[in-house]
Amino acid sequence: MVIYQLKDGSERRVDVPAGHSVMLGAVQNDLPGIDAECGGCCACGTCHVYVDPAHYGRLPAVEAMEDDLLSGVAAGRQATSRLSCQITMTPALDGLVVRMPERQG
Amino acid sequence: MAEGLVIVGGSYAALHMAQGARENGYGEAIRLISDEPWLPYQRPPLSKGFLAGKIERDALALKGEAFYRDNGIEVLLETRVSAIDRQARTVTTAAGANLRYDGLGLALGARPRLLKIAGADLDGVFYLRSLADTLALRERLARPLSIVVIGGGFIGLEVAASLATLGHRVSVVEALERLMARVLPPVLSDFMAQMHRGRGVEVRLSAGVQEIKGDGAGRVASVLCSDGSELAADIVVAGIGVVPETGLAAAAGLACRDGILVDDAARTADPAIVAAGDCVRYPSAFTPDPCRLESVQNASDQGRAAGAALAGKPQAYRAVPWFWSDQYECKLQMAGLSPGHDRLALRGAMAGGRFSLFYFRAGRLVAVDTVNRPGEHLLGRKLLAAGASLTPEQAADESFDLKALLAA
Ligand SMILES: Cc1cc2nc3c(=O)[nH]c(=O)nc-3n(C[C@H](O)[C@H](O)[C@H](O)COP(=O)(O)OP(=O)(O)OC[C@H]3O[C@@H](n4cnc5c(N)ncnc54)[C@H](O)[C@@H]3O)c2cc1C
Ligand code: FES
Repeated sequence: MVIYQLKDGSERRVDVPAGHSVMLGAVQNDLPGIDAECGGCCACGTCHVYVDPAHYGRLPAVEAMEDDLLSGVAAGRQATSRLSCQITMTPALDGLVVRMPERQG
Repeated sequence: MAEGLVIVGGSYAALHMAQGARENGYGEAIRLISDEPWLPYQRPPLSKGFLAGKIERDALALKGEAFYRDNGIEVLLETRVSAIDRQARTVTTAAGANLRYDGLGLALGARPRLLKIAGADLDGVFYLRSLADTLALRERLARPLSIVVIGGGFIGLEVAASLATLGHRVSVVEALERLMARVLPPVLSDFMAQMHRGRGVEVRLSAGVQEIKGDGAGRVASVLCSDGSELAADIVVAGIGVVPETGLAAAAGLACRDGILVDDAARTADPAIVAAGDCVRYPSAFTPDPCRLESVQNASDQGRAAGAALAGKPQAYRAVPWFWSDQYECKLQMAGLSPGHDRLALRGAMAGGRFSLFYFRAGRLVAVDTVNRPGEHLLGRKLLAAGASLTPEQAADESFDLKALLAA
């Protein structure tokens, strides 16, 4: 399960199957706040999320391409910024909390 | 206004038209009609991750069913529209049903250009446009094969990269003297050719294809090149471009010229009909003549504009064109339109595999291509959107801060 904090302050809990990305969980459940224009190809930077600081350490490290793309995201990069298409769900990530940024484009 | 909208097509442009109409307050019924058996899905992975087996089938859907339900979008699948009657404002399906519309959106896309050589209809010749195409190809890939890709454009090269990565023996045959000649400058074509060769792909340039030879039992056996050489082949994949789907529109009397002609708000000359995506030619601020683009960005953004027009709130479509292609570990991204440039500046070192090319026409920045620099791609799009003034010398100087141009 992933907990998405939406821009209006509400929270949505979604069962994202292992192997699916956190981006896909949002898009396929029609959660507002993630555009994912490139569909997860790490090419657009419109699937940006802020990972809850308490959870950030649970994620595998940011790879070079994601790191480069994060430098250009619209809402501004923060310490726990990630691209949700690059976070693949595993049982170990159950309960992950992410927040949608102010804007994606 | 009780008949609502009919949107013909089942992909990016169609989906974004429906969404654009709703976002602009359209309240009547919306029916989306697609001849495919699936809800709109992503096409880029069909030659990349999905072909290579890295992405699952259920990860391809553009939206979940909830989206269509929540937005009151009725989707009719496996339904082909065969005619438009503009007087009566109806579309006719292949099964003979008539559907009335107040507004009609055409999001018909494009179909692969077919090979016109002997042997083109042999078993084992593939084109890649739809999920069905890729599924059929994937079924044949269980054992290592010799594969000949005809066409060194984006799709051909992505297919070559995916199949080579899977361990197949791949050759690419390109008629022109360099790869992706339509959209890339020679330096990048050479870079891509070198990369493919480095992965064991045989790249044949300036090479025509004369015939596909069969094995006598109706299956592909080899590809005969115009220079007389022959390449053994279990499978042939042709990626020689696409043809826009204009038949329906032309038959209904709408103006077409290698694309349905629309204005900058995606409207045809018929006030009830809009069109968007691969099937459309439109006036762009980024080219001197009306252009037809084949990209997710164009289908999505122009689709949104078309949806707004259907809702009675037309808005100009002016987004910066962008595109990407993944081949092996190389992420090529393009912003703006580079054809017609008169100067080019390299930022970074090509040898390192991370660099950008900045294109200028008459002193103005017109396009930015990046290789493995997605952040600079986003920056390039912003610079183009802002019409930032930048010189080739500044672009080539890595110590020059491009971001500063935006703050100014
Ligand atoms: C293998 C592949 C890889 C690609 N990779 C990239 C990439 O990396 N980046 C990128 O930006 N772009 C890429 N593209 C291009 C991109 O997918 C297209 O530009 C985009 O799909 C265009 O969307 P569209 O909605 O205009 O048309 P299409 O996607 O072609 O969809 C048209 C739809 O209309 C349906 N249809 C047509 N006629 C009728 C009818 N008469 N009745 C009912 N339904 C009809 C079709 O079946 C189809 O579902 C790729 C394309 C392919 C094929
Ligand atoms: S969806 Fe485009 S970068 Fe994540």
